[in-house]
Amino acid sequence: MIRMRELRKDFTVRVKAGRLRRTKRTVSAVDGIDLTIEPGEMVGYIGPNGAGKSTTLKMLTGVLAPSSGEVSVFGLTPVPQRTRLALRIGVVFGQRSQLWWDLPLGESFRLLRHIYRVPPAEHETRLRRCRDLLDLDEFLDTPVRQLSLGQRMRGELTAALLHGPRVLFLDEPTIGLDVVSKQAVRSFLAELGASGDVTLVLTTHDLADIERLCDRLVVIDHGRVVHDGSIEALHARYGSRRSLVVDLDEPLPPDFALPGATVTGSAADGHRVTFALDGTSAGTAVAGLVAVASVRDLSVVEPDIEDVVARLYQAG
Amino acid sequence: MGELRAYAALAGGKWRSMLSYRASFAAELLSNVGATVLDVVTVFVLFRATAQIGGFTLAEAILMTGLTAFGFVLADMTVGNIDDLKRYVRTGQLDTMLTRPLPVLPQLVFTDLPLRKLLRLGFGATIYGIALAVNDVDWTVARVLLAAVVPVGAALFFGAIFVLTASFAFWWVESGEIGNGFTYGGRDFTSYPITVYSNWFRDLFAYTLGFGFVAYQPALALLGRTDPLGLPAWAGYVSPLVALPAVAIATAVWRTGIRHYRSTGS
Repeated sequence: MIRMRELRKDFTVRVKAGRLRRTKRTVSAVDGIDLTIEPGEMVGYIGPNGAGKSTTLKMLTGVLAPSSGEVSVFGLTPVPQRTRLALRIGVVFGQRSQLWWDLPLGESFRLLRHIYRVPPAEHETRLRRCRDLLDLDEFLDTPVRQLSLGQRMRGELTAALLHGPRVLFLDEPTIGLDVVSKQAVRSFLAELGASGDVTLVLTTHDLADIERLCDRLVVIDHGRVVHDGSIEALHARYGSRRSLVVDLDEPLPPDFALPGATVTGSAADGHRVTFALDGTSAGTAVAGLVAVASVRDLSVVEPDIEDVVARLYQAG
Repeated sequence: MGELRAYAALAGGKWRSMLSYRASFAAELLSNVGATVLDVVTVFVLFRATAQIGGFTLAEAILMTGLTAFGFVLADMTVGNIDDLKRYVRTGQLDTMLTRPLPVLPQLVFTDLPLRKLLRLGFGATIYGIALAVNDVDWTVARVLLAAVVPVGAALFFGAIFVLTASFAFWWVESGEIGNGFTYGGRDFTSYPITVYSNWFRDLFAYTLGFGFVAYQPALALLGRTDPLGLPAWAGYVSPLVALPAVAIATAVWRTGIRHYRSTGS
């Protein structure tokens, strides 16, 4: 449904060279991306600042024309067929509002109905659903400029969905939101994705968004795809493992070895030991430990996606 | 039909937004008409010093001034706010317009239809009407048609200049006031008989850029005067057509420009 082939976007920047001279330099924001997204997928798009996430999204939505390569959404080429495409996609740019600043939120929805030429009955059904799921009723009559960021973002989501798009592009939808608002946005998007009617493509810096929402993770760096797959696949590929942290009454004997686990850390004079689990289950490892040592406390730590991603960025 | 409703909705949104700032709207309405009044007053002041300027009387000159004022305000009211494109490009806010199912140019126009310029429009039309009345025009069918078409032609011409100069923002974000030199400069140029300008300057603005065909040439045809600069009498009747190439060029530049749009980070 969404296809990108050898997609590139180059920008020319002028760099100061001497007092008056400027030299032109070409920077590739997107440097040859190949990606296919099927209907109903929920794709998380992550990468460090300047990696080309937003640029890709802008080429998918027809905001920017690609420098070379192909891009198609529903078989439409976004740049010449921008207005036709716009009727079938929803777009939320976290840092740009598409609401009318001085008008009550409800009024923006009414205007969008005319702009997208949505029949009144359909509009009403979709708006009711969003009102229920996003608790819009208490601020529907408040001018947008007076809304909190969290309220406004709920408004933006509604605005992007009122014409019933089959794909929703979200550029940093949770940026700047507090924990509660983030949760509200995430559970709304999760529900939307679970219904299977809408394909979600979102960029974010908040990996919790990805863990909660996306079954597919695309990591992009320097304009190229460096990982494409599930979160589990990312862990497997970068060898991130679960670890077992134990507090002991006495330090372990120096020649101690636990099958299927390696010691990766030791603290408090050997009273706290960390094992990385390579293949063995936490249960087997714990059983092996309590047989030889007196364990006071223990915890199993899931691999941290943030660490994995940080390593990935540095490698690039 | 559906598109018209969409544009009406955009314009309506602006109108209601404005009503939330009633006082400032009233102030803008008045200060705006003030600007156009001043333009016309300048011409009167000039003729206090001399009976003729460039071979034209006050009444004849006012016809050109009125024509310019009417056509310019018509353009300014419809597409004049496209000047805001600079801001939309610089902030990247143009992104939101590009994701809507409507062409960008009419969106910009209707999103910010400057109704505060409404009084100005009335004033420009009045001056044009008065000028036609005091000038003892020998009315023929051709002249009636011409009198009706000329303000539209002038508006299209100025509109094209607005769009053309605003498009600079796609290439140079800091295009700043360059565009105004052509729009407001052009308006001031056409407000007077072009016989007052020196040769090379006149050749450039009047004939090369086409400003001479906005008000001066059609005014000659309406007045039935021969052109002291030597163009034939029919030139005045066809001069509104100069708007067509202007609109075509502006459209082409706009289309190229929008593909050059770079948006902003994030």
